[in-house]
Amino acid sequence: MWKEKTIKLILLSTASTSILIVLLIFGFLGKEAAPFAVSPGLRELLSSRWVPVSFQKESFGILPLITGSLLITAIAIFLTIPFGVGASVYISELARTKEREILKPFIEILTGIPSVVIGFFGLVVVVPLVKSVFHLQTGLTALSGAILLALMAIPTVISISEDALRSVPESYKSASLALGASKMHTIWKVTVPAALPGIITAVMLGTGRVIGETMAVLMVTGNAAVITASPFASVRTMTATIAAEMGEVAFGSAHYRALFCVGVVLLLATFALNMTAYKVLKKYRMG
Amino acid sequence: MRHTITEKVIHGLMCLSTYIIVFVIGYIIFNIVWNGLPVINWEFLTGMPRKSGTEGGILPAIIGTFLLVLGAITIAFPLGMAAAVYLSEYASQGRFTRTIRLAIVTLAGVPSIVFGLFGLGLFVIFLGFGASLLSGCLTLACMILPTIIASSEEALRTVPQLFREGSLALGATKWQTIYKNVLPYSVSGILTGSILSVGRAAGETAPILLTVAAFYLPKLPKSIFDQVMALPYHLYVLATQHPDIDKALPMQYGTALVLLVLVLGFNLAAILLRIHVRKKYRW
Repeated sequence: MWKEKTIKLILLSTASTSILIVLLIFGFLGKEAAPFAVSPGLRELLSSRWVPVSFQKESFGILPLITGSLLITAIAIFLTIPFGVGASVYISELARTKEREILKPFIEILTGIPSVVIGFFGLVVVVPLVKSVFHLQTGLTALSGAILLALMAIPTVISISEDALRSVPESYKSASLALGASKMHTIWKVTVPAALPGIITAVMLGTGRVIGETMAVLMVTGNAAVITASPFASVRTMTATIAAEMGEVAFGSAHYRALFCVGVVLLLATFALNMTAYKVLKKYRMG
Repeated sequence: MRHTITEKVIHGLMCLSTYIIVFVIGYIIFNIVWNGLPVINWEFLTGMPRKSGTEGGILPAIIGTFLLVLGAITIAFPLGMAAAVYLSEYASQGRFTRTIRLAIVTLAGVPSIVFGLFGLGLFVIFLGFGASLLSGCLTLACMILPTIIASSEEALRTVPQLFREGSLALGATKWQTIYKNVLPYSVSGILTGSILSVGRAAGETAPILLTVAAFYLPKLPKSIFDQVMALPYHLYVLATQHPDIDKALPMQYGTALVLLVLVLGFNLAAILLRIHVRKKYRW
């Protein structure tokens, strides 16, 4: 009997490693970021200039980084929703069975392509394209980054919304069709509204992926830390800042602490987003 | 009549949006294969890089990625599988189980660059492993753990309850039942999920950027405390940090192709395994 108990205990402790890792992530990010609150102080983060290396005065305002991330995320989601929802409705409701069996795995390939490869593709194809189409000085813009991020979010959105659409009971559709509604009318007035919580969750999880994405945006957005709302401006995101600057900072310096502060903001933002999506999904599945 | 025209237009638009995505995916793969293939030769795959990466091969990056992935899966696989067995076979519906599940969901949503920061803070600095293969493997292992747990649990749950009840009724203990009558039937499913996460680990750049990757290191690692080059980071460096764009571009395409083939190869293997499993076990 003791053997069974030991095994259960071992399995239980391995299952708990997930909790341990989550605690360690929050703990170590907090630990490295916390001294920033003492010196130079948290007020410094609220300034609107990110000038971490300077002969006169360094400035660690994370506002331009947050607005940079928000701008790119907003454009990416704006691009993702019509394509993601349109394609998932097409695949689950309109495509023929054979067509669906080819389309689904093909779009899933996109999830497998590493972000650095997408970034590289962006650099050699999307950036020159954006530059020539919009007659810009440079194609390293928020728009280029957002296009790549949309590409990465779309397969996530399609796969989860497709599941939601398919789990709408057949009887709903039959009832609508029996009442004389057309196929398209049934899709937009019955199926999509019934699957809406699932579709919203899909978009939220896609957003989580977009905010946290690093390499693709680092490579194509130009990385200028400015506050702007123009999709044709060069912007710098929170993720790209950490990736680009962490390699060059002195351990324990204010700049090093500031980058960890950025990491904490990023962690909390994605955490909140994912928890909300998880709650919505859970409630939806129960109901 | 107008009604049907609108319907046809909407139908057409949705079809179009689907096939635009398909076209873009096809174009990404075509572009990289078309431009990368001429670069691939024996020297490229087995040679050391020369002249800061514009000549020679990418062997250290291939070996580095291979070692990183091997290390990460060696650490994460047993942990993830054991955790999945606990969650699927032992766990009751209590607060503790809910906390574990919440932790797994949280972990799955942590951005990869944050894993990098975490690895830097814990493994590189606090535990004193330095920027090394060991730090990189541990960081990647934490990152792929939630995927392995989720897919393994799903595989375990597809084994019918009858298999367990039959074994228990014959007097086997719980662990004997799991070991002899549940795991053997779910092992291929567990492997599928793990292969997928290996593909993901091979393509990740952000976590290894801060914990292991070397800019340019034309030799092979000797111990787990050495830095290594890695394919995704090598591609990033060539694509963004290199002054001589014309000379570096073919090498970039070559590296991108090798990485793409590696990652999609893992995905394909997982898909084939899944099809095989579905054919073999039907109940």
